[in-house]
Amino acid sequence: MTLEELGVGETGIVKEFTDLEMSVKLMEMGCLPGEAVRVSRIAPLGDPIAIHVSGYQLSLRRFEASTIILQ
Amino acid sequence: MKADIRVALVGNPNTGKSTLFNALTGLNQKIGNFPGVTVDKKIGYSQLPDGRRAEIIDLPGTYSLYPKSRDESIVFSVLAEKNTDLTPDLVIVIIDATNLKRNLLLYTQVADLKIPVIIALNMMDMAKKAGIGIEINKLAEKLGVPIIPVSARKIEGIDELKTAISYANKFALQQDSIDVNSIAPGIIESISKEFGADNPYFALQLAHQHETLKFLTPAQSERIEELEKEHGFHTQKAQASETIARYNYINDLLYDTVKTPVTAHDESISNKIDKVLTHRVFGFVIFIGVLLFMFQSIFAWSAYPMSLIEDLFVWIQGGLRHVLPTGPLADLLIDGVVAGLSGVMVFIPQIAILFAFISILEDTGYMSRVTFMMDKIMRKVGLNGKSVVPLIGGFACAVPSIMSTRTIENWKDRMITIMVTPLVACSARLPVYTLLIALVVPNKNVWWIFNLQGLALTGMYVLSLVSAVIVAYVMKFVLKARERGYFIMELPVYRMPRWSNVLFSMYERAKTFVLEAGKVIIAVSVILWVLSSYGPGDRFKNIEQKYQQPQYTKTMTSDSLKRVISTEKLENSYAGVLGHVIEPVIKPIGFDWKIGIALITSFAAREVFVGTMATIYSVDGDADRIDSVQDKMRNAKNPNTGGPVFTLAVAFSLMMFYAFAMQCASTVAVVYRETKDWRWPATQFLYMTVLAYGAAFLVYHLLK
Repeated sequence: MTLEELGVGETGIVKEFTDLEMSVKLMEMGCLPGEAVRVSRIAPLGDPIAIHVSGYQLSLRRFEASTIILQ
Repeated sequence: MKADIRVALVGNPNTGKSTLFNALTGLNQKIGNFPGVTVDKKIGYSQLPDGRRAEIIDLPGTYSLYPKSRDESIVFSVLAEKNTDLTPDLVIVIIDATNLKRNLLLYTQVADLKIPVIIALNMMDMAKKAGIGIEINKLAEKLGVPIIPVSARKIEGIDELKTAISYANKFALQQDSIDVNSIAPGIIESISKEFGADNPYFALQLAHQHETLKFLTPAQSERIEELEKEHGFHTQKAQASETIARYNYINDLLYDTVKTPVTAHDESISNKIDKVLTHRVFGFVIFIGVLLFMFQSIFAWSAYPMSLIEDLFVWIQGGLRHVLPTGPLADLLIDGVVAGLSGVMVFIPQIAILFAFISILEDTGYMSRVTFMMDKIMRKVGLNGKSVVPLIGGFACAVPSIMSTRTIENWKDRMITIMVTPLVACSARLPVYTLLIALVVPNKNVWWIFNLQGLALTGMYVLSLVSAVIVAYVMKFVLKARERGYFIMELPVYRMPRWSNVLFSMYERAKTFVLEAGKVIIAVSVILWVLSSYGPGDRFKNIEQKYQQPQYTKTMTSDSLKRVISTEKLENSYAGVLGHVIEPVIKPIGFDWKIGIALITSFAAREVFVGTMATIYSVDGDADRIDSVQDKMRNAKNPNTGGPVFTLAVAFSLMMFYAFAMQCASTVAVVYRETKDWRWPATQFLYMTVLAYGAAFLVYHLLK
């Protein structure tokens, strides 16, 4: 399953990425394989979403979240 | 100013870097550009305890040495280029103690460049509050660098940091972080050998970034490209494995030096605020409320200082007129240069207020929430969540708004935002609209509450937003993206704004505007002055001679004589001649040569329209007396038809022209400054003029 499928408040562990270019940016921001991610909120119009990762809040678009595969 | 040691300040965004910079340097700073790019370069000076002077360079905030925006790309090139007047002797990496892990990524990259480093550990108080325990000495020992705890906001630890700067080593003593060579062994060795790179990480960065580095010659860059092919170097794969290796190192590092509480601080204050501010309903209501307040304030608060500035310049002009001997030189200085200068200075209050708001919104963290909420809508029309602020700011003035597009990382989104922002109805269009609407729209209510004039004005404002959105949508398909758009963005914790930063930001932006855009505006004003004060051949002389004849001097008062002369001179000036020349072109949209003159003169600034109309229809006093201009315009008769010149069709055609045409030298100047390529302002000028003509033509023929 991917990060996009998580609901608000749900937690997952990052396993791998489907998009190399996106993965480079995500990993720099601390979103690495093995890290726990929790969806903290969804924007009023349903996209983008905000996640809690490595001690801070990160926002990303649904499409970007769909490139993150969870364990 | 000479300095004994040069220090670069590096850190993630939202770590308090600029606050630390201000604390270290005080008011002792100057702002410029990095060579060849429009990235603000802030340099300040700091007196060290040992009596030496440190020059401090504030580099743009970044999460890593791999740049995501133009601003960020400057960081590596400043750190890496040897023997320039920017090459630092020492780097201070500022780290947010509440988010050590992500902040240390940048530190390990900088450390591996083998430049002497000091860590300034900011926000220790917040970390303590969050229950994060950091063993600073142990961490410093493991890294091999001094770590100085500071609180940039409370100005604590600044003296200790200065002492650390003065004791800093000339040589980099930090521990190696990761085994850089193992990431891409072949190419690192080749580049090190051929380019004399003194450390493997520098060589690796050259492989990654050679295409954008200004200090490499094209031949060098091509050679690196060849080496990459030879060694099968894949930049993203290498970057991915480097990042993973660095985070592994950081995890090991923090394992026995930092204790983080197990309980997630879920119900933090920030989270509670977010629940309201990004709420499905309240979120938008609050956002619209903030915008209305901002918009109102820009108008309301700037009105008084703007009229003060105008009065000041009127006073200066009067004084100069009194002191200087009359002649063309005095006229040039007073009506050309000083008038142009006043046209620049008058924007300062609006720019300062807009940037005060932007700086507060950014500082508190609200701006990223606006971006978060608006991204989906804006993306549909080819813009980006971050385009909201420039577009709204455009209601006040396009100039500071275009300056504020720098926060948009994506090149294509930023360009589209710059291209459409001038369409938004700025405050300079307001005098034109009010004059023309009052002229042709009856002051009547429809359906009891809606005033027709007010409706017309609202219509012009709505039209401006709609046209900006449509043009953005079209440009989305025309412009080719240089990079993939993405929206991976930190939502920082809410904080109180730092008022000193707000003041600095107001001051900086106003100064940049005066220095950069000011040059162009003054030049254009001088040209316009020449065009309207001189005529071809001896036409001017003939006019003066004509009115010296007794049939005029006897029958007219000297005041009305003066007015008649100046009107006739304007008609025969180069501007007047130009007006006649362009008449065939503007006739189809309902304009005569007099309006043509106003169109030409208002290419410097739209509000010049009222002043020019006042001169053409020879009104006593100045442009402030809109009533009298209005009366004269109302009475102006069309010599061909005998009816009034300003019919409903002509007035609305004119408003359409002013709504779409790029009649603002300051905006052209600032677009050039921000894009560093004259093709952008040229394209913008062209498409807006075409739109203006088309819209005016359509409206004129529909209403005629």
